[in-house]
Amino acid sequence: MEIKISPVNEGEWMESDVSAMGTDDAVRPEIKDALFQIDSLSFWYRESQALHDISMDIPSRQITAYIGPSGCGKSTLLRCFNRLNDLIDEVRIEGDIRFEGASILDPSVEVNSLRKRIGMVFQKSNPFPKSIYENVAYGCRIHGIRRKRDLDEIVERGLRGAALWDEVKDRLDESALGLSGGQQQRLCIARALSVEPDVILLDEPCSALDPVATAKIEELMQELKKRYTLIIVTHNMQQASRVSDFTAFLYHGRLIEYAETKTLFIRPRKKQTEDYITGRFG
Amino acid sequence: MERTLDRDLDEIRQSLLRMGGLVEAMLDQAEKSLMERDADLAKHVIKSDPEVDRIEMDLDEMCYSVLARYQPAAVDLRFVAAVIKINNDLERVGDSAVNIAQAVLALSEEPPLKPYIDLPRLFEIVRGMVRDSLDSLVRQKPSQALDVCDRDDQVDGLYKQIFRELLTYMIEDPKVVTRALHLLLISRNLERVADHATNIAEDVIYYVEGRDVRHSAK
Repeated sequence: MEIKISPVNEGEWMESDVSAMGTDDAVRPEIKDALFQIDSLSFWYRESQALHDISMDIPSRQITAYIGPSGCGKSTLLRCFNRLNDLIDEVRIEGDIRFEGASILDPSVEVNSLRKRIGMVFQKSNPFPKSIYENVAYGCRIHGIRRKRDLDEIVERGLRGAALWDEVKDRLDESALGLSGGQQQRLCIARALSVEPDVILLDEPCSALDPVATAKIEELMQELKKRYTLIIVTHNMQQASRVSDFTAFLYHGRLIEYAETKTLFIRPRKKQTEDYITGRFG
Repeated sequence: MERTLDRDLDEIRQSLLRMGGLVEAMLDQAEKSLMERDADLAKHVIKSDPEVDRIEMDLDEMCYSVLARYQPAAVDLRFVAAVIKINNDLERVGDSAVNIAQAVLALSEEPPLKPYIDLPRLFEIVRGMVRDSLDSLVRQKPSQALDVCDRDDQVDGLYKQIFRELLTYMIEDPKVVTRALHLLLISRNLERVADHATNIAEDVIYYVEGRDVRHSAK
């Protein structure tokens, strides 16, 4: 029997599936079909650096989850994907994010078109104070679609895609604010789907929902990943382990470990990852 | 940082070790009852088994409870998964000790077939394997566990040797067949105990390192 014994946390074994990218010592999987390539990304709010030299590939039509303690930079990183951080003053960014090979940080990128392709769902559902129908139709209206028949089709497709159609089809003209929290969150997903994006970013989409509504969103995510690439930020580790295909652990703005979800939760290679997911932090 | 989970895991560890201690003692006593033709001691081994069975069920219950309540991950998950399997192996070791004790009872009614030479050696190796597999769990020492796995080949060799020897006895004299078969049964049970100890050692390696060394991986 020939077995090399080495302590679990040295991060030495199974080196073969660690790609050579990145200058840090983070653990990474090999991503075959990368939709995003993050290349040495650093981010500052004024003088305070929120992200440190992050390099990783995000696979197409999979669910990638970011986990990490509060303030680790996971939401900041998520907001980089559709340049939502542009809305904040005095931020600085270095490195690059490529989407289908092209930089999205380039000043020439048309941010509205980018955000059309990369939609976002937030922690707190934020439907417009309008009818259910108008919430879903809104995005397409501002992108120039006017015909009622087209809009009807978009609304139905969006609501079906978000698994909400059957619950609301008879009351499309009622206010969206009358929906339950879970329904509102699915309406926000329908709204994101209406403009036919490629990617959906989800920032703590279930943290305000009860377990049943959470289960519905999680089920929906499995359906959505057949057609979309999903990136989710969550501080609920069980949720990350349930829904995602890949999980990245961030700590103090650094990528510590990025792996197939089952690998990360069964045999993480870094001590910090192990300590975080087993609740030994602090 | 001390976690609530740690208390439960510690309780599981203690129960598993208590069970380990019990089955080790049963093996010891089974050997002694054979060598000293002590029927009372053999009966004592048989009477110990319900206690092992009880701990087995309690341990499973504790493990399932931890899984349901904490959804452990990483090393915690690997530990609980390993304990569920080790628990089963230890219970089977207890059963083997009972089988041996029953054979000893049958043998004690007839004169000894031969002086036992290889059997005590087999007992010694096998008991060492059980002890070291549990020790490697406590110390979280995969090298010690690997060493247990390596010893399994010695056991298999010794078992084959005993098998051949008993076979010649039986061929030469049909009157000894019953006694020879009981001795063979004892050896066979010891060989199985060694397999269980090897399983335990493999589970320890998985628990500590997250590597599966069973089957082809060896």
